[in-house]
This record gives sequence, structure tokens and C-alpha cells, in this order.
Amino acid sequence: MLLQLYRTMALIRAFEEAAGRAFHDGRIRGPVHQYVGQEAIAAGVCANLRPTDYIASYHRGHGHAIAKGADVRRMMRELLGRQGGTCGGKGGSMHIADFSVGMLGANGVVADGVTIAVGAAQAVKLLGEDRVVVAFFGDGAVNRGPLLEAFNWAMVYGLAVLFVCEDNQYAATVRTSEFTAGEGIVARARSFGIPSESIDGNDAAMVYETSSKLLSRVREGQGPALIHASAYRWYGHFAHDSGAYRDGEAHRRALEGDPLEHCRRALLKHEVSVQALDRIREETQDLVAAALREAEAAPLPAPAEAFTEIQDVGAEWR
Amino acid sequence: MEMTYGEAACLALRQEMQRDARVWALGEDLGTIGGIAGQYRGLQEEFGRSRICDTPISESTIMGAAVGAAICGTRPVVELRYADFALCATDEIVNQAAKIRYMFNGQARVPLVVRQPIGIQKGCAAQHSQSTEAWWVHVPGLVVVAPATPADNYGLLKAAIRCDDPVIYLEHKELWPARGEVDSQQQSLPLGKAEIVLAGEDVTIVTWSKMRHVCLVACRTLAEQGVRAELIDLRTLWPWDRDAVLQSVRRTGHLLVVHEAVRVGGFGAEIAAEVSEALWRSLKGPVRRLGGPRSPVPYAEPLENMMRISPEQVAQTVREVLKEKK
Repeated sequence: MLLQLYRTMALIRAFEEAAGRAFHDGRIRGPVHQYVGQEAIAAGVCANLRPTDYIASYHRGHGHAIAKGADVRRMMRELLGRQGGTCGGKGGSMHIADFSVGMLGANGVVADGVTIAVGAAQAVKLLGEDRVVVAFFGDGAVNRGPLLEAFNWAMVYGLAVLFVCEDNQYAATVRTSEFTAGEGIVARARSFGIPSESIDGNDAAMVYETSSKLLSRVREGQGPALIHASAYRWYGHFAHDSGAYRDGEAHRRALEGDPLEHCRRALLKHEVSVQALDRIREETQDLVAAALREAEAAPLPAPAEAFTEIQDVGAEWR
Repeated sequence: MEMTYGEAACLALRQEMQRDARVWALGEDLGTIGGIAGQYRGLQEEFGRSRICDTPISESTIMGAAVGAAICGTRPVVELRYADFALCATDEIVNQAAKIRYMFNGQARVPLVVRQPIGIQKGCAAQHSQSTEAWWVHVPGLVVVAPATPADNYGLLKAAIRCDDPVIYLEHKELWPARGEVDSQQQSLPLGKAEIVLAGEDVTIVTWSKMRHVCLVACRTLAEQGVRAELIDLRTLWPWDRDAVLQSVRRTGHLLVVHEAVRVGGFGAEIAAEVSEALWRSLKGPVRRLGGPRSPVPYAEPLENMMRISPEQVAQTVREVLKEKK
């Protein structure tokens, strides 16, 4: 299992580093919010999910899509705005979605994915389906009203949702702690009666085990649960942002908590060879490099595509 | 069968819920009192608490959850109680419901209905009286419907529930008790189709929602004075029935648009501009609009009356329109 987590994390890392480079050399035209430093959370949680389970994500959503099984070649096409992208070039990085693997979309509005997730869980209940829903959100979302409404909602209706707060310490460019009163997200969730655990989000094995435990409760119909996973956002809020406002020394220390290195150390102790781990890094980098090459060679969408999928009724006049 | 505007909506929802198990409703006070105007009366008893779902006062999540439920295989009917409260859920309507199909390139559709009653209702004052239709028409992805009669509330609510697009459904609060004939076997009315309420040759009046009834009174007065007005109730505001309006104005050469919403930036401006662009050669005089003043709706009766459009105003404006020939 740990090796599988390492592979997922390596793929996310390779994708995000490549996306960052492609942004900086002008191949990606819009905002890119990189997930580097948070890979263990998506990998650890999604390893517990079935293809039929749903996840809802937020603006930093590439990692969730990859961990849920989305195809990196189609994702890269989307980032480059090409035909064959997950959203046909209409969404871009911020709206990565792949419903074929239960990934209900990244979202450009903070906390909105969480209300959508509780609604997805309500549909699951109404239709009598056997699925759970995971709502990923950042620490910046903890001060939005709809998040607190959704916590209440999930408890009131006993919905099958796992809330996952990815605490990368920054709400865009400010430290979340400076703008959050009280004891934070876990205390807030517990005040609604939601079983909540705070863990080291750099430790993929711990994320996996905690989410496994909480998801079995959720699957059994015992209502929602929450994980607060601490990690560190390696880069700026998005690729435009150098992140220069962050303190040098604390920043350097935080980078040492690299989730991939953490996992690698654990695997080496389990007698996985250095070569095997290096090979995973190379393979995932090659996969992403091929995805990028393929995306660059893919045709741009036909301009008339701009006017498809708006609505059925009344789309003919513009 | 004669029934009220509210009962007609209730019957339509009941029949749609019987027909399609994916249809459900959520919002405040649906079970305890059958909705703020009784428009859900008896439904929770028939369909249970999960399909007629009472909710906390959490508009953002009522709407966000409906979006999530709509993209995962159900067809929610959202009750937001007043158009004014729908503003608390504007983000979820505009950024999520209206955008998801497009930004995910059709991977999901968002088949939901957002009921948010509009209009001045006696003494309800500034935060319970607004008519916000123009705000919604401006948003790509949304369908906007504003029924004026029991028959239309029945047929159009059915159509809205069957529609795969998010539909903003604007009932008028002062129409809840309005009575009229409803054919309870009728399937649904087409979206985007206006009704010619009265045929006439002298002037075209385009309106919707409660103003249909106000204009009808005005048309009767005008008829006594020898003016034959053609009265068109748009019923659906997006898409609006441009063909019906253009055909009529081509004949009459005069257009007056009447709505209760604030005139400035109102949807009447869009209709006036479209008609002026398309038919400027056949217009016999300037296109006119009649709408509410750009003021919040006040409480006291003489103040509130300043915001209402009366049949006398409509008739007077028509007489002015007919005088202002080129």
C-alpha cells in the first residue's frame, strides 16, 4: 500500500512541477494552483475510495483528480487548453473535473465544493446508492459561512461525507492562523458533533490509516467525519505568486517536511530499494513529460466550441 | 378544474414527483406548514421527509446541496421562499448551477428548479418585495420563468422540472390566491413560448407575471375608448419569445413594455432595444417602458402605492404612445 501511495504522490509531484514550469514558460495561459507539499493527503485519502465514490475539490485540485484516477494526459491537455482535455479546454486548471472517475470538479470559489459534496451525499441517500463522498478544502475555507452551514447540514441529515481540511497554513497570501479566531477547524467541526482528527498531512501512511478508519464509519451510515491534515504549500498561492512574503527560515524548515521524502524513508525501512523508488520517480516524470508533449501537439479547440454546453433551452441567442 | 395559483403549482409538483422518483424538493417550512404560501401542502405526507425535505435557514447550502444533488442523478426543486433571500444563494446559483455544465464541458447537467417568489406583497417592505428577474436573465446557463396564471403555474412548473437546465422560477407573491381553470391532465407548457392574451392592432403591450392582470384591466378600459391593444404575456423571460413580439409589433408599430421590477436596467430595456434594432423601420413611434421607480419598496400604504404600476398608468402610457407618432 505504501508503495502505491508513493507512486500516486510521485505522479502528482511530477505533474505539478511540470505544470509550474509550463506556466512560467508561457505554455499555460491561466492561473495554476500547485499542490506540491500536500500530495500525501490526496493520495492517502483516495486510496480508500472506490471508483464509484465521489470527491469534490477546490482550486488546488490537480492532486485530487490524479489520486482519484483521472488521466494525466487529458488533464495536461486541459491545462494547455487543448482538444481532448478533461473539460474540452473550457475549464482549465481551476475547473479540472472527471466525472468518469467520480471527481466532481475543482472549484474556483472557496468552500463551494463542500456544499456541493453534501448535496452529492444527499443524492446518494435519496437514490439508495452505496457511495461515500469526500470534500477536500483548504484552511482558507474555514472562515467561509457556507462551510459551517455544510457541517451542520451533513450532521442534521446524517450524510456519508468525509470532510478533509488540507491545512497548508496559508489562505492565499496570509497566514490563516492570524485570521482565525478560536481553536480552529477541528474545534469548529466538533462543536457540530462531527468526529474529527488532526494529523500530520506529510505522513501518507497516517493519512491513509486515519481516513480508512473514519471512512468505514461514514460507509456504515454513522454520519460525517472530518480530518484536519497539516502540510505546507511549497509554492505561492498560484504560480503567478512568488510567495516572497514567507519568512525565509520558517519556510526552509517547513520544506523539510516533504511528504515524498517522508514516505521514501518509510519504504526504505521496509526494504524497498533506492533503485525501485528512483525508478518510480523517473517513470512518473516520463509519464508527465509524455503527457505534456502530447498536449502540446494536440489541436486547439475550434472557436465554435465556445458556444456548446451552455444550456438546452435558450442557448441559440447570444 | 378551478384552483388557485398556489394549488396549481402544488398539483404540478405532486404529479411530477409521482411520475419521476428522482424529483424532490428542499427548503424552509415545506413540511410543517406546507410552504410559506401553502404551495407544498400535503406533499410531505405523501412523499415523506426525505423527498419533501425541510431545511435549516442556510440558503447557501440549500442551493449548493441542490447543485450537488442535481449533478449526482436527482432533480431538486429548491424553495427559497422570497427572491430577496435567494440573494444569499446567488453565488451557488450563478457560479455553480449556471456554470457547471459549461466549465466541465457537459460532463454533468444541473437539472434543478429554483423557486423564488417575487414582487410587492402588501406591507412586506424593502427586503421582501423585490422583483429580480433581470439579474437572472443576465446569467448565461439559466432559464428564467415567471408564470402569471394558475394554468401557467401548473404547466410551466412541470416544464421547469423536466428541463435539464437550471430554471429560475419566479412566482408572484400576490398571485398565490388568484383563481383560474387548470387542465390537470395537461402535460406541460413549452418554455420560451409567450401567450397572446388579447389580440389587437393598435399597440403591442409586452408584460409578464402579475402585470399581466394589471395590463388586462388597462386593455379593457382602452377598448372602451376604441383602442385595440395586443397583450402579450412572455411567461418565460429567458429565452423570451422574440418571434411573437416582433410579429406583433410589425403589425401594430407601437410597443409598450410593462414590468413591476425597477425600470432602470430592467428586462424591459432589453426587449425595447431588441425591438428597436430589429424593427426600427416599421415603428410608428418610440418604444416605451413602464416599470417601478428606482427606489426600495416602502411599508406604509401610500408609500408602497408609489411603487405599484396601476391599470390607469398603463392606459395613460398607451394613449401617450399612440400620440407620439413619427
